Amino acid sequence: MLIVIYAYRLTLAGRLNVQNFDYQVIINALPLLWEGLQLSFLLTALALVLGLLWGTCLAIMRVWGSAPLRWFSAIYVNAFRSIPLILVIFWFYFLVPMLTGESVGQFYSALIAFTLFEAAYYAEIMRAGFNSVSREQYQAGQAIGLTYTQNLRFIVLPQAVRNMTPVLLTQAIILFQDTSLVYVVSLRDFMTTASVIATREGRLIELYLFAAAVYFVICFSGSLLVKRLQKKVAT
Amino acid sequence: MIHINNIDKWFGDFQVLEDCSLSVEKGEVVVVCGPSGSGKSTLIKCVNGLEPINAGSIVVDGQTITDSGVNLPKLRSQIGMVFQHFELFPHLSVTENLTLGQLKVLGRSEREAKDKAIKLLQRVGLEDQADKYPGALSGGQKQRVAIARALAMDPVAMLFDEPTSALDPEMIAEVLDVMVSLAEEGMTMIVVTHEMGFARKVANRVVFMDEGRIVEVAATEKFFQGAQSERARYFLSRILYD
Repeated sequence: MLIVIYAYRLTLAGRLNVQNFDYQVIINALPLLWEGLQLSFLLTALALVLGLLWGTCLAIMRVWGSAPLRWFSAIYVNAFRSIPLILVIFWFYFLVPMLTGESVGQFYSALIAFTLFEAAYYAEIMRAGFNSVSREQYQAGQAIGLTYTQNLRFIVLPQAVRNMTPVLLTQAIILFQDTSLVYVVSLRDFMTTASVIATREGRLIELYLFAAAVYFVICFSGSLLVKRLQKKVAT
Repeated sequence: MIHINNIDKWFGDFQVLEDCSLSVEKGEVVVVCGPSGSGKSTLIKCVNGLEPINAGSIVVDGQTITDSGVNLPKLRSQIGMVFQHFELFPHLSVTENLTLGQLKVLGRSEREAKDKAIKLLQRVGLEDQADKYPGALSGGQKQRVAIARALAMDPVAMLFDEPTSALDPEMIAEVLDVMVSLAEEGMTMIVVTHEMGFARKVANRVVFMDEGRIVEVAATEKFFQGAQSERARYFLSRILYD
């Protein structure tokens, strides 16, 4: 939105007009941008899967765990939710090599940071999902003779997963946007690539507008999908 | 069939059941009534172990449910339970609601379980709803499916926890009809309800509870003609509007 307003003001000031807009620089940059976008997707996908796995563990600890596990999960979740993501990325890039004496590289440090960070959010979403299934539903499962594990598997989990899937997908879209923060460790994702080319070619407006358009299209279609899914779940 | 012996139950510092005893014979229909908060629902949830008790014992069909060695899931499968808010499984179709327990608990074959489900749906007049999801049914239909789900397990007794109190008035009769026919077939039933018409028609005995105690147990006619306790008489005068 801000970029659109900025572009509009530039147009008014005569510094951006259609004749001046250099499409060629974008077309030339496409192969590199595509590589960057693939890296963004890869980082999102891996962080999503790993974050979900770790988040599930945290949620299970919080809902069904013994007191120490509940405490651990609660502290973990609240700590990560109180820190800006960008700090977590920084830490893993700069602190881990200091502690271990060995750098794991930009990609892996970013992946670890995203996984640990996102897991905290996924855990909270899942906890809400588990709690959305009423005690009476559980009792109804018990009443027909289901054991504890059967009850979780056939009654509680299917309903919990249905309730939390739209929210998890929305969080995944946010994660995709957040991967642009790897800019701070100079990892060549889509955003960083666009930025590097923009500076090199001196074509900030073209590349940043294009980057915004790409993010918008991907994220907006993603949220449309989630909305359709939500309607389906609601019936 | 069901023997509740001197049970106590506490929720924290609050005593919900105090020294409750009740025996229900095979084929008997017992209606439990009393003001809200008197412990009626808690009492019947203790019978199939959904609520643990703090003292006393409960024996169902020769098995003491409070014994540590008892197979509680198996025992529960032999006691049907119908809830106030139906508690159908919303992610499963009507037929799947009826077959889940048969398949996973009783180990019946898919074929057998489905046949049983269809027979029971016919019985409660809902065979044409078999493939729908609970969300598409009316309250009365949901409760009839819930009764069918309980019956699918071939229970030796049925517990009803205010089965009509969440229903619109015009749907109460369709549910009570099913319950009356069950009673007439000789099903052992404990029914928590304020439907005094139902009690008069099929109950052998009426239990009146207040403040966690069983205040009075009387044969149905005797109860309505003249309850022994002041509190029961007062309660009846408040709910029988005639």
